[in-house]
Amino acid sequence: MPSESISRRDILRTLAVGAAAGSVLQVIPAEAAAYVHQMVHKEKAASPAGNYTPKYFSTAQYATLIALCDMIIPKDGKSGGAVEAGAPEFIDLLTSENEKYQLKLGGGLSWLDNFCTDRYGKVFLDCASEQKKEALDLIAFRKNAKQDPSLSQGVAFFAFLRDLTCDGYYTSKIGIADLGYIGNTSLREFAGCPPIPD
Amino acid sequence: MPQVIRSPKQYDVCIIGSGAGGGMAAKILTEGGLNCVLLEAGPNVVPEKDFKMFVWPYELAHRGAGVGGHAGENFGEFLAPNGAWQIDGEPYTSAPGSDFQWFRSRIVGGRTNHWGRIALRFAPVDFRSKTRDGLGDDWPITYEDLALYYDKVESYIGVFGTKENVASAPDGVFLPPPKPRCTEVLVKKACDKLNITCIPSRMAILTKSVNGRTPCHYCGQCGRGCVTASNFSSSQVLLPPALKTGKLTLVTGAMAREILVDKGGKATGVSYIDKATRSEKRVNARAIVVAASACESARLLLNSRSTLFPAGLANTSGAVGKYLMDSVGSGGYGYFPHLEKTPPHNHDGTGGMHMYMPWWKFNRKNDFPRGYHIEFGGGREMPGVGMFGDLNEEEEGYGLSLKQRARKVYGCFIGFAGRGEMIPNPDTYCEIDPDVVDQWGIPVLRFHFKWSDYELLQAKDMQETFRSIVETMGGEYKTKTSIHGDLPFGIEPGGRIIHEVGTARMGADAKTSVLNGFCQAHDVKNLFVTDGAPLVTNPDKNPTLTIMALSWRASEYLLDEARKGNL
Repeated sequence: MPSESISRRDILRTLAVGAAAGSVLQVIPAEAAAYVHQMVHKEKAASPAGNYTPKYFSTAQYATLIALCDMIIPKDGKSGGAVEAGAPEFIDLLTSENEKYQLKLGGGLSWLDNFCTDRYGKVFLDCASEQKKEALDLIAFRKNAKQDPSLSQGVAFFAFLRDLTCDGYYTSKIGIADLGYIGNTSLREFAGCPPIPD
Repeated sequence: MPQVIRSPKQYDVCIIGSGAGGGMAAKILTEGGLNCVLLEAGPNVVPEKDFKMFVWPYELAHRGAGVGGHAGENFGEFLAPNGAWQIDGEPYTSAPGSDFQWFRSRIVGGRTNHWGRIALRFAPVDFRSKTRDGLGDDWPITYEDLALYYDKVESYIGVFGTKENVASAPDGVFLPPPKPRCTEVLVKKACDKLNITCIPSRMAILTKSVNGRTPCHYCGQCGRGCVTASNFSSSQVLLPPALKTGKLTLVTGAMAREILVDKGGKATGVSYIDKATRSEKRVNARAIVVAASACESARLLLNSRSTLFPAGLANTSGAVGKYLMDSVGSGGYGYFPHLEKTPPHNHDGTGGMHMYMPWWKFNRKNDFPRGYHIEFGGGREMPGVGMFGDLNEEEEGYGLSLKQRARKVYGCFIGFAGRGEMIPNPDTYCEIDPDVVDQWGIPVLRFHFKWSDYELLQAKDMQETFRSIVETMGGEYKTKTSIHGDLPFGIEPGGRIIHEVGTARMGADAKTSVLNGFCQAHDVKNLFVTDGAPLVTNPDKNPTLTIMALSWRASEYLLDEARKGNL
């Protein structure tokens, strides 16, 4: 472990002085850099979380988004799912900043509710779980839109949402651990490739 | 009435641009005792604040996608502050039928903050290409003229690699290379079977301490910028020693508008826009070194018109803006089932590739001139936005099956990128757009760009090679390209590889070139250009190392001229 006795402020000052005084050629121990970044992690991790107020979606839309994210990447025996990983917050944030996303996702959620109302007499969120599954099974595959062109907008919406859900999930702590990524750390030596079993 | 603020101070040299070429000039000239002022159009860079080393995607609200998901258009949110293809208020235009994309980095250090650190020497034959195959032109200098400077640059910035004696890729002064990753071991096997040369790459990353700089800590994130300066950037490796001399004045937010000349045709200074105050200022200098990036330098020369130089400064040849070249780029990727059994392990390594394929068919008869090298990467990298986009497109569905297949395929993809030599052609150049100015009132560039069959055939060969490597290892090549469309065989649009060079080329003949072999303007003896603009050819070796070698050599020449009183 890097020495806790070096304060982050001291290290930052050293680094800053190094850059400003033109003496970056002085040795900056790798431990010092690692320590700075641990501190940065802690500060960033301490940013407010908890109850999230959607920035773009209405309460009803956001509840539907959560349900869809949960179905796209559910939790299983190994790891949590997309909702626990913060995918809905991530999607809401990007959507609040991008008019194209607003049309694709806001419009897509409305399309889904219209579709479910026509088919089951109620909006997606109020449908029974078999009905929800049936609806997604229809819009999760392009080939269905070939047989029934009225599904094509739903297919496009779902493909976009699936990509964003994957982005949110596989950039989360849970998702990264689920894939078994190891790294983003300071090493003295790079070990190369371990033996690969046949 | 707007006022032009003139600095009474007379500098020895005014350098425009702080990237590889300008940074090197600043170091050599100040260490040689000259007082220099360096104009940089962007802000300063503060590595420990601006570089996102070790940051996880979930530590950023946008997870690397950037505001509104737009960062993907500029390589994502993690890279060092790196400029963009489009800059608000600073447009450029493309002529009808041309699609040239111009990447500009307005920051101290320029593109060296985020570049790929690939540091390849040009080969002797690259300076004599016309003699060899009749295309383009020969350089006014030879490999031997530059070899010493390659040695100096590599020794100073630190480059890892191995001595391999490959004719198209001369050996240099190398630090030991890092061990290969699993993906690289696998591809090397395929290359051995196919008789494709696959060797340790040559990268400006320290595997041992150099001049007190800490060795690499193998986080794989060079592109984000390195807080410990374990890789090369101008901002961290060239400018600090220049500043330390006390002879460098760094002016940020300074957008050069025009180089001024006296009645005798000598450059006397630079007029620039101080962005913070939107006012015009001037600096006076006995010599000018232009290193604003190839096209930006051409723009500045073309915009510096006077009665003596009505077609732009140092442009009596008409060659400024002409002979524009980028690298030929085409990419693809494959799925390698063999990698499914790779145990989880730290695969990060240095930023970028540990191995690569230099041009291996140099002594064969090919159906295109010149050659290309292959870069590759993939495997168990840090997950990021977009990682499963293609998988979703292919397999669709949702739920547990999606999650399981992501686990299965993670780490099993390897991407390949060819980087080849373009032959300059008369349909590819930049000029001043007669109708458009930027927000500072400076006329902008208009680009003309065309790939010829030489480049398309190269891209075709790249695609065939990628496929054969993937299939040799029992993999599935996923990329589909076609001879049809705007971008046959997946060739990237001009500019996209960000190796644009050649727009103020050097040459022995002042009628067809802008500079002599020391990067000195034929027309204006106290004017030098030391970025990618002087390059006569753009071989398949990424230009940065050569830009630095040329700049070092030009700077020593300038010092010598100053000592002789010739400025």
